[in-house]
Amino acid sequence: MLRLHYNLEKLSMGLVVGIIVAASIGGAVEIAPLFTIDETVAIPDDLRPQTPLELAGREIFIREGCYACHSQMVRHLADEIDRYGPYSLAAESAYDHPMLWGSKRTGPDLARLGGKYSDAWHVAHLINPRAVAPTSIMPAYPWLTARLDTDILSAELATLALLGVPYSEDMVANAGRDALAQSRPDSDGAANVTERYGETVAIRAFDGDTSRLTEMDALVAYLQSLGTLTRAAYETLGQEAAR
Amino acid sequence: MIRSLSIPERQVALALSVALALLGLAMAAAARHGAMAVHGAMAMALGLALLFALGGALYDPDAPADRARRYYDEPTRFGIVMTLCWALIGMGVGVWVAALLYWPEATPPWPATSFGRLRPVHTTSVIFGFGGNALIATSFHVLQRTSRARLADAISPWMVLIGFNLFCAWAVTGYLMGSTQSKEYAEAEWYADIWLVVIWVTYFVLYLRTLARRAEPHIYVANWYYMAFILVVAMLHIVNNIALPVSLAGAKSFTIWAGVQDAMVQWWYGHNAVAFFLTAGFLGMLYYFLPVRSGRPIWSYRLSIVSFWGIVFFYIWVGSHHLHYTALPYWVQTLGMTFSVMLLVPSWASAGNAIATLNGAWHKVRDDATLRFMFVAAVFYGLSTFEGSFLAIRPVNSLSHYTDWTVGHVHSGTLGWVAMIIFGAIYTLVPQLWGRETMAWPRAVEWHFWLAVTGTLIYVVSMWNAGITQGLMWRTYDANGALSYSFLQSVQAMAPYYLLRTIGGALFLTGAVICALNCRATMRAASEGATATDRPLAPQPAE
Repeated sequence: MLRLHYNLEKLSMGLVVGIIVAASIGGAVEIAPLFTIDETVAIPDDLRPQTPLELAGREIFIREGCYACHSQMVRHLADEIDRYGPYSLAAESAYDHPMLWGSKRTGPDLARLGGKYSDAWHVAHLINPRAVAPTSIMPAYPWLTARLDTDILSAELATLALLGVPYSEDMVANAGRDALAQSRPDSDGAANVTERYGETVAIRAFDGDTSRLTEMDALVAYLQSLGTLTRAAYETLGQEAAR
Repeated sequence: MIRSLSIPERQVALALSVALALLGLAMAAAARHGAMAVHGAMAMALGLALLFALGGALYDPDAPADRARRYYDEPTRFGIVMTLCWALIGMGVGVWVAALLYWPEATPPWPATSFGRLRPVHTTSVIFGFGGNALIATSFHVLQRTSRARLADAISPWMVLIGFNLFCAWAVTGYLMGSTQSKEYAEAEWYADIWLVVIWVTYFVLYLRTLARRAEPHIYVANWYYMAFILVVAMLHIVNNIALPVSLAGAKSFTIWAGVQDAMVQWWYGHNAVAFFLTAGFLGMLYYFLPVRSGRPIWSYRLSIVSFWGIVFFYIWVGSHHLHYTALPYWVQTLGMTFSVMLLVPSWASAGNAIATLNGAWHKVRDDATLRFMFVAAVFYGLSTFEGSFLAIRPVNSLSHYTDWTVGHVHSGTLGWVAMIIFGAIYTLVPQLWGRETMAWPRAVEWHFWLAVTGTLIYVVSMWNAGITQGLMWRTYDANGALSYSFLQSVQAMAPYYLLRTIGGALFLTGAVICALNCRATMRAASEGATATDRPLAPQPAE
């Protein structure tokens, strides 16, 4: 063996090939089976993709680096289920490019955040976290009151559709209009949002002001959608409890 | 820098600068606004600056005729200067964001200075800016000395270094403007990623071409590690960053990976960035500078073979230990855990080999702060890899994951191991490459050493306490079967540890500032005195 290596050290290409082979095996074994994901992870019937407004909120969540302090992955441990809710299923993030499971909880997990607090609480909390939670160490985000740019949304939905997220041509074409309509329950377009994305979509002025579509609208719509895109996790946990 | 190029080389470099300026112009014109436009303008400004510098010096005296009989050290010198600049930026931002966790009210009301945007500025600046420049600079030095050959050409080392620093600058300014892929340690957007691939291929080709000219039959072990670093980082970078841009005229893109698949690819990348960027490359550094500084040969040649292939083979499996108890298939988690534990064998073989090399030179460790940096690096390497294997065990991970224990573990590796070995290499190289016997202020090296060790220990110990406290508070139940603590109570409990961590980081930063000033003083007093023995074995034919 040592003799073999003694000779290998004289060949730069020999080392190169050796390194590539040795460093490829582990990745191939662990990643390749995940390409059969379509067969192994059942997509729940009720799983819906995010609405354009929620997607815009997700982009703001990413832009501000929220994922650095907030995970979105409830592990199947008793205390996490008691604290946050049902543990996360692979299917729940099947449409997430990229996933936002996170790696650190400087703040709490957000996977089950949707519906936990009111819109007004979220708005007050994002403008100044210490106004509603005096001991919070979260930074304030006063600039989220800026107008939301919806121009890029159609192109974003089209890109995601190419990657396999079930956005129809209709959804892609109307992305900007749907984003506006989701924050205006009395507008003509509101019914279209329900028609396209389902009854479970929340349609309201998330920042409390119907006259302007803001980044705050988008981010709060996103936060309120977390954990509500499918009921599968609740049903799985219910079945396990029943057993 | 330009004086070391021949006149035809200056002309080629001029053409490359024009190409860079045009690329920048095209990017800026296509994007018109947003991060990509700013980045295009940055590339254009850099291209124009290089163009003016080269154009002005185009017909200055030609490169010295005997340059082929000397090593090409100018790129290494530039790389060391960039290493020090990024160290100050990255560690400075690190201390600042650490302080924000203790004084969140101190956050200025501007988007660019928010914690979430600065955090990747810290990680990218220290990993890629500080670590990456140090790796590239030292690899050029080690490659030439262990091959007894001059770098294969004079232009590509500059392409690698300048291009790599442009990537780093693009990345960190992008985060400030809110442009990020959100993949940890791979946040830069698609065009920066493509740019890095081009730079990396240039780097690898230069490495192989220089090895091909070597006057030594054997390729020294340090080069195996540097090669593993270059090759595997390329593989990881490409696979993890495959993305579909929303438009070729904008920064925004979506990764092609989704959900659980994305999580696996991300942590396969993320942990192997630790393995092949922050470990393999730096082991290459250790295997050269520790024997050189201590004047002792590597203790065991066989052990270095076993640990090299062990590290290359085992590491790639372990990424899934970042996803214990998540929606990742259970068997993948188990494989990740198993290989993480096995990884302790080659890791400790390397650390042990390094420490045993010092046998017979312990008096030098006592007297020479530079060698002591390297010794402490090897010790922290051993400690961090033990801690890593331990944290990868599933039940341990149930407590430690998502807490500051992970942050403490990472910093025991990056401050204690990576930064210490870099400082050891810098204190060895700076006097040598600037033609001096010693650093300008030898006593300051001693100060830096003790500040660095104290800072690291305060940091790591406070984060251990923080992490274990958090983990326990989250899972404590009272007698009625209800959770004892709210999340906010666990946040409040962190305050003293976050303050201590900031102090530890500030001490480490102070040491780095002293290092930078000391290097600057040494560089200013430079003299042209290449030693007679420090030159390629066989003069190479003119390029």
